Amino acid sequence: MSGTFLGMPPFPVAARAALADTQLRHNLAHATGTIRAKRADVVAEVDNWEELRVAGAAIKDNALRSLDATLLRLEKSLQDNGVTVHWARDAAEACSIVAAVALSHGVDEVVKVKSMATQEIGLNEALAEHGVAAWETDLAELIVQLGDDLPSHILVPAIHRNRAEIREVFRDRMAGAGKAAPDGLSDEPADLAAAARAHLREKFLRAKVAVSGANFAVAETGTLVVVESEGNGRMCLTLPEVLVSVVGIEKVVPTWTDLDVFFQLLPRSSTGERMNPYTSTWSGVAPGDGPREMHVVLLDNGRTRVLADEVGRQTLRCIRCSACLNVCPVYERTGGHAYGSVYPGPIGAILNPLMKGVGDDAQTDSLPYASTLCGACFEVCPVRIDIPEVLVHLRSRVVDAHRPGPPSAEALAMRAAGWVFGRARRLGAVERAAGLLSRALRGRRSLRWLPWPGSLWTGARDLPVPPRRAFRRLRSERR
Amino acid sequence: MKVALMVTCVNDVLFPGTGAAVVRLLERLGVEVDFPGAQTCCAQPMVNTGYLDEAVPAVRAFVDAFAGYDAVVTPSGSCAGSVRHQHAIVARRSGDPGLAAAVARTSPRTHELTEFLVDVLGVEDVGAYFPHTVAYHPTCHSLRMLGVGDRPTRLLRAVRGLRLVDLPAADQCCGFGGTFALKNADTSIAMGADKARHVRSTGAEVLVAGDNSCLMHIGGVLSRQRAGTRVAHLAEVLASTEEQR
Ligand code: SF4
Repeated sequence: MSGTFLGMPPFPVAARAALADTQLRHNLAHATGTIRAKRADVVAEVDNWEELRVAGAAIKDNALRSLDATLLRLEKSLQDNGVTVHWARDAAEACSIVAAVALSHGVDEVVKVKSMATQEIGLNEALAEHGVAAWETDLAELIVQLGDDLPSHILVPAIHRNRAEIREVFRDRMAGAGKAAPDGLSDEPADLAAAARAHLREKFLRAKVAVSGANFAVAETGTLVVVESEGNGRMCLTLPEVLVSVVGIEKVVPTWTDLDVFFQLLPRSSTGERMNPYTSTWSGVAPGDGPREMHVVLLDNGRTRVLADEVGRQTLRCIRCSACLNVCPVYERTGGHAYGSVYPGPIGAILNPLMKGVGDDAQTDSLPYASTLCGACFEVCPVRIDIPEVLVHLRSRVVDAHRPGPPSAEALAMRAAGWVFGRARRLGAVERAAGLLSRALRGRRSLRWLPWPGSLWTGARDLPVPPRRAFRRLRSERR
Repeated sequence: MKVALMVTCVNDVLFPGTGAAVVRLLERLGVEVDFPGAQTCCAQPMVNTGYLDEAVPAVRAFVDAFAGYDAVVTPSGSCAGSVRHQHAIVARRSGDPGLAAAVARTSPRTHELTEFLVDVLGVEDVGAYFPHTVAYHPTCHSLRMLGVGDRPTRLLRAVRGLRLVDLPAADQCCGFGGTFALKNADTSIAMGADKARHVRSTGAEVLVAGDNSCLMHIGGVLSRQRAGTRVAHLAEVLASTEEQR
């Protein structure tokens, strides 16, 4: 992947460009609409869905409450299973650990299981600096990687592409990365999948080192779990000799039986399937079966900062199902790139500011505002993260972070509003002024043009003119 | 039962007809409603933009204005949601236990209009007459924050002369979102354009909702398009009778 999210403009600016891309709008509306309907159908089949959500949230909360102890238990179990455990404070540490493992085996390439954590830390770019090529093997990640593109969805990173565009990427780019696409490639899904399969097979059979993430890590047994749809992940997890797994510290669950709840919640929420197609679990090195050397990198990279935020910490329950993206009316129109992160949509709007902290850069500070607070995300979240609550909380943290500096126009307007709303007679005075304005407009019922900032409204919407008498005035005259 | 009308700042300034409709409707149903003159705003514009300190005076004004009432009725799902879910946050921020205690008394007594009609008064047929084809948009905060469910459509179905048509993708947000409409104007308008398209596809004469702020946004788009569909608050529909329209 040579694209980068670095230097992205704030959300409103990036969104404006995305909204003008009619192909993107069409692809997204179609894809999110389809997956939304599928999810709604399979969730409706489960009578105790709400109980499952509550249970999922409780298991995660429990694990997070004693995260330090649970992680040490995980480390011990992993070590007992013959796994080397590394702790990484941030992205740079995690990347250098993975690079060191790869270089110690003298390889110049690794195959990758789809993983959000490795994208978050920019692992592919870091490995490239060490002369190691990292090949994505998830079909959608492959499309993104070959197209020098950026992921725009957690689960379906190429959701912004349609099949005609995918065909072009394969036809033009596959040869440069390995086995070329067959001549006369069509845009039929089966043909595209066959081309990807032939291209990837070659890499699976050749690679010595694989890199994965994990959906869950079981402390009790030292088991890592990867949940995927294609089987390409399982190829990476079983064929190479060395496996390095980068795992966010919030992925740990105490016991094996905890997985039961998530294996019900996750597939229905994410792909709209009743059961997940390929669920791989492995508990360390097993002689004669799979990789002979295993490493686990336990990654913080801002997660303990999230844990320290009383309102925000519920975000660490996230199982990256992407249901919140698919129902989000903002995401559906802007797509994922506008969020400037590998975590887009509602979860990205809270996770990025929580992990990075607010007040330092305009892009991160713009994310909590990239929502109408309509609540559709909370409604579908399988682990009951109250995303609107966290968004509002983060907005106050953004505002508070900027309080020491000179006030913005917005801050002045809000101070004025706070003052006016503090006393009814102040509001009454404002209303009388509005009534005079209305008189001056002589019976016009709506305005079509206002100077900035009113133009932000009137650019595409009429604005009603206030009537001559506010309700308050009408009431007092009636008496 | 002492009942107060919380008209909301948007209705007070821009849509006084909605406040008048609530009073007319409730009086017709035999409920006497006060309008405490000390009320201002629910504080949502400040809270949802992140200005908690600036929200404190409005919350104080709210609890002062409505102390001593058994029920507070408001023609806004969004403002009712703000009172019930956000006032406690603002009170905590103020560090004033007195304010927190006052909020704990007023918040649970605050009802959105359809909740008050159906749950407190126990009526569904309010004796209204409105001979028009109507589409109903369930605003997000009524639907998801308050969970008013089908109360508004049950009330609408009982209105004589009214033909209720289905709005496609009804539960999708219209794109208003308070200051979102200005801070993310382009996305807001993209959402509003889709909502307007769905409204037009129904052929309804009137789009009805329980929140004038959402209607100001959707109505603003429809009016700019010269779409020939007007918007009306649910209270105005429920208040109209054959004699008084
Ligand atoms: S926040 Fe909830 S809905 Fe969104 S990706 Fe995470 S688990 Fe899924």
